[in-house]
Amino acid sequence: MSSIDPITLSVIQAGLQQVCDEMDLSFSRAAFSPVIAEANDRSDGIYAAEDGALIAQGAGGLPVFVGTMQYSTRTLIEMIAAGTAPAPQPDDIYIVNDPYLGGTHLMDVRFARPFYRNGEIFCWLSNTGHWPDTGGAVPGGFSASATSVEQEGLRLPPVRLFKQGVLDPEIYAIICSNIRVADQRIGDVKAQAAALMVGEEQLNALLDRYGDDVVRTAIAELRTRAEAQMRSLIDEIPDGEYTSTAWIDSDGVVNEPLAIRLKVTKAPGHLTFDFAGSSPPCMGPMNSVLATTLSSVYLAMRHIFPQVPISAGAFEPLEVIRPTGTFLDAQYPRPVSGCAAEVSQRIAEAVFAALVEALPHRVTAAPAGTSGNFALGGHDPLTGRDFVMYQLSGGGYGGNADHDGIANGCSTIGISKAPPVEIMEQNFPVLYHRYALREGSGGAGRHRGGLGLDYELELRRGDARASFVMDHGRFGPQGALGGADGAKNEVEVWRDGHRYIPEHLSKEQDIALKAGDRVRVKTPGGGGFGPASERDPALSEEDTRLGRS
Amino acid sequence: MEHSETRGSIIGVDVGGTFTDLVMVDSASGTMRIAKTPTTLDNQAFGVLAALEQAEVDLGEVGLIVHGTTTTTNAVLERKLSRTGLITTAGFRDVLELGRRTRPQAYGMKGQFTPIIPRDLRLEVPERMDAQGNVLIPLDEDALRAAIRQLVDAGCEALVIHFLHAYANPAHELRAAEIAAELWPNSYITTGHSLLSESREFERGVTAAVNASVQPLLERYVARLRDELAAKGYRGDVLVMNGNGGMVSSKLVAREAAKTVMSGPASGVMAAAYTGRRASEPNLLTYDMGGTSTDVALIRDGTPPVSNEIEVEYAMPIHVPMVDVRTVGAGGGSIARVNAAGLLEVGPESAGADPGPICYGKGGTRPTISDANMLLGRLNTAKLNAVAGGVGMEELAAIFARELGAPLGVDAHGAADAVIRMANAKMAGAIRMVSLSLGADPRDFALFAFGGAGPLHAAALARELGVPRVLVPARPGITNALGCAVADLRHDFVQTLNQPLDDLDIPALHAAFAGQLAEGQAALARENITVTRVEHHFSADMQFLGQSHVVRVPLADATPTAETLRSRFNEVYWQRFKVALPEIRARIVNVNCSVIGVCAPVDLSRLIDAAGRQAHATPTGHRQVYFDGSPHDTPIYWRDHLPADVTLEGPAIIEQLDCTTLIPPGDRVQGGVDGNLMIHIGAAE
Repeated sequence: MSSIDPITLSVIQAGLQQVCDEMDLSFSRAAFSPVIAEANDRSDGIYAAEDGALIAQGAGGLPVFVGTMQYSTRTLIEMIAAGTAPAPQPDDIYIVNDPYLGGTHLMDVRFARPFYRNGEIFCWLSNTGHWPDTGGAVPGGFSASATSVEQEGLRLPPVRLFKQGVLDPEIYAIICSNIRVADQRIGDVKAQAAALMVGEEQLNALLDRYGDDVVRTAIAELRTRAEAQMRSLIDEIPDGEYTSTAWIDSDGVVNEPLAIRLKVTKAPGHLTFDFAGSSPPCMGPMNSVLATTLSSVYLAMRHIFPQVPISAGAFEPLEVIRPTGTFLDAQYPRPVSGCAAEVSQRIAEAVFAALVEALPHRVTAAPAGTSGNFALGGHDPLTGRDFVMYQLSGGGYGGNADHDGIANGCSTIGISKAPPVEIMEQNFPVLYHRYALREGSGGAGRHRGGLGLDYELELRRGDARASFVMDHGRFGPQGALGGADGAKNEVEVWRDGHRYIPEHLSKEQDIALKAGDRVRVKTPGGGGFGPASERDPALSEEDTRLGRS
Repeated sequence: MEHSETRGSIIGVDVGGTFTDLVMVDSASGTMRIAKTPTTLDNQAFGVLAALEQAEVDLGEVGLIVHGTTTTTNAVLERKLSRTGLITTAGFRDVLELGRRTRPQAYGMKGQFTPIIPRDLRLEVPERMDAQGNVLIPLDEDALRAAIRQLVDAGCEALVIHFLHAYANPAHELRAAEIAAELWPNSYITTGHSLLSESREFERGVTAAVNASVQPLLERYVARLRDELAAKGYRGDVLVMNGNGGMVSSKLVAREAAKTVMSGPASGVMAAAYTGRRASEPNLLTYDMGGTSTDVALIRDGTPPVSNEIEVEYAMPIHVPMVDVRTVGAGGGSIARVNAAGLLEVGPESAGADPGPICYGKGGTRPTISDANMLLGRLNTAKLNAVAGGVGMEELAAIFARELGAPLGVDAHGAADAVIRMANAKMAGAIRMVSLSLGADPRDFALFAFGGAGPLHAAALARELGVPRVLVPARPGITNALGCAVADLRHDFVQTLNQPLDDLDIPALHAAFAGQLAEGQAALARENITVTRVEHHFSADMQFLGQSHVVRVPLADATPTAETLRSRFNEVYWQRFKVALPEIRARIVNVNCSVIGVCAPVDLSRLIDAAGRQAHATPTGHRQVYFDGSPHDTPIYWRDHLPADVTLEGPAIIEQLDCTTLIPPGDRVQGGVDGNLMIHIGAAE
């Protein structure tokens, strides 16, 4: 292998990125379900043949997937080598959603396709798409009270859903008879597979143009350089130890808080993340699998240093000590449906809280940090049909060195848009009474936290069951450098005019509602940044005038 | 009609960020004039008058002036808006500030957002419709009057009335507007459903708020311009370009002022479509590269696509029909640097117009794409030397060698060459993404290159994209002004039906189309401009049940059956996504109608004066131009002197007043109709 000049290297890097971006685009455009097509809850990338290391990943992928697919691909490669997964043939596509094999929750379904050049596997193409349902106790998969993964849905080990380009009807039939609204899923399966084919076509074009050896050399060199870039960036942090603690309200089953204890050790060009002392594995679904824990650390670092392209090289200087024996390294059969949406955000928050003092111009105070999942399922007597609606909500972002936090931002791990009230009322028997800024919810500070959301809705007809998987109900998002915490998440259910507050504050499954009952949710405000005494009086005056405080 | 074959004398004048461009076409005398003057930002009318003066126009003889203005665009982007109040449904005054729960960038938890109307000017009144348009809470008229008075007292000039589900039943908005008309000191009242009768309260509300808050500015501006022109003897109407690529009378334009926000890029695309139709090139990818941005659009069958879902900036959706132009990155001012990983990056940081690239001589010190072109001999160095106090080539070379060459291990020319390669690779990638997102393979299109820097990069981009041909119009630098001159009158309508196809109320659908058509025809009648014919285009926005994105389905007429809708939807869905989903039921979301008053054709054949052309192509000189790292002795031609049917092989450079066209080695260029040049990629012997 020859050495490679930096200009060709730059162009090949852009080329690899383009392949992934085109996979992302193709997947979203052709996908049937809005979760993928509109909310972009998916990701596509290229992974090394030998160990699954991340070579390039689409820029438009959901942030939580930053690091997960390299672990699922690595596990697949190891299983093939060990003979515990079937050996690949050209044009095969494996499907896998097992959380313990390098995954997140069951709804994130991964496809992986071996990419061949001259009869040998050159690399793997893989993507993840969030399926609207994979079976289990509750529609959509976000149970607040599951106690084992079997209650969460269908779990697939890596099997070849496409064999030499042909969809295996038998495997597909098994999947379809275990998930809800199965008839719509074929649209997503076709889109997910087609995206990998787009990737194959474009990657072949790139290799034909520059030559296999040159591209192979470039990939190795890019990995080394991304590593060097990340090392130079983290050297902004003075050597030493940084600690933080972040809290999850409860696991949904046992009403006790879960602690994430983090110690970050900075040595020259190297960061170590040690979660020792965090809570043990929990009964309810707030466990995290290792791949999600690692990915959450990478995600947090990418929020801090957005300029580094996502690749295995950039992760190299970030060493995460395996948090064995804690709820951040859950083993079968621990339930995990909260890991991608909730625990991941709290891990990121622990990283922010640890590093904000060392990097005050890059890191913000804690954001709302919950996906704010409110699900309502029931029967609409007017249409004669069952329905399941989701209201995912944003909250305030943390104040930062430059500004107040933004109001009603999306989750730390997502980038998706909220549905309009008018669309919700068209599709479901609900009436919103309020959809408003939550006044006074931003944590005070030199730059205050952003405001959360305050909404209230009423069931208009029939009976329904309300479920909540939220967080930050017990502890508000942390302020930084002397700033105050943001307001806590609040859930109120009004039944027959009586107020009911869930025992776990932010989590509960299947609260029965009938027509006229109401639900009110106030999402968290962001943490404040710096002491409130240093706030510009003009900003305080504006907050008062505009009713924000 | 005496104007049945030509329009008489017509002027298109477009105000851009830097220059105000003008083209005058007088079909009777066969003359064609152009002018280019600096844009006057405080009052764009001064620049327009200066351009008219430069072109030596006798306004008494002019039949029609069509004007593209950035008055509203700038007002929105800089938030220099008229003080505007909002009255909305109780419980929902923060919709405009909450947005749709996103953040400005995927990575990085910072960012800011300024709502278009501040919170203290957003008031609520009791009233409520449900999604079916049933009244749940009647409009509280006393509360409404009090709110209106409060906003008048707060010094508001414009008013927005925006109620939930008004697209389904506008009765409350109409009644509120009636009451407001009694109390409001002027006519600047916008109701949410009137611009856009479509569900999605944030998008509809922002659209209405933008409309109201630019309305007074636009009305004052066009009134002043009309007065100035009248004082100089002009007797006709001034027509203003809309973002949908059509024009509208200046007397009507302020009513729907939001529609002008994206008009500049739209007029360029309209000119491209018009030029392409005349040149038998109906399928074009337009590529407009300027100093600060690059815009791309896709034209199929001579028709630019129109979208209702344009976002002007982060969380600033303006959902009115607009030509679908995508900004894919920066322009000549994009800065090149070597990052911490030792890799070359071009953009997204830009030197902008001020200080601009180093070669502008205005104090820029960081290497840009324009500087790289200069260093490689692709731009005329005479321009560089003309800048007083500017930098010389030696200094430019030294900066490239130091900033980029040293870390990359190449000399100054090698660094400049790398910058262009990288820039072209990234732009080609971005153009591919636009094309693919619209369901098109770029190789099936010709590239239409315009803007100051478009024709300089187009051939290399085309090679990168696998595009076979590049069309360079006669006057690439005034394409937007030309778009004004060739525009038609146009009115678009959108209405939400939101019904499953199986339970569709067909008579209601037909009535909706008929209503839209009548409204459009009435608007044309009010404008009182001679048109050769009136066209109507009908379409439906459809989706499968369970989806939230829609697909636009063009229809042949205003009276489709349910069966026609179903089969047309399946066809269009297949074309776009290559997926057939016969098992799933479809829904019709919106019905759309465009009413177009087609104006007489404009003859473009005199854009370059035939009298100036020479019998043979003779270079005005030669210079060393770098291609792929090595210098080539390259002939330079003056475009206006080339024979109309010229054929040249690269390397060659063709210069004209406002633009430089680069023909790389291996490509061939041929003269075509209307003074166009067609570059055939890889066609040289």
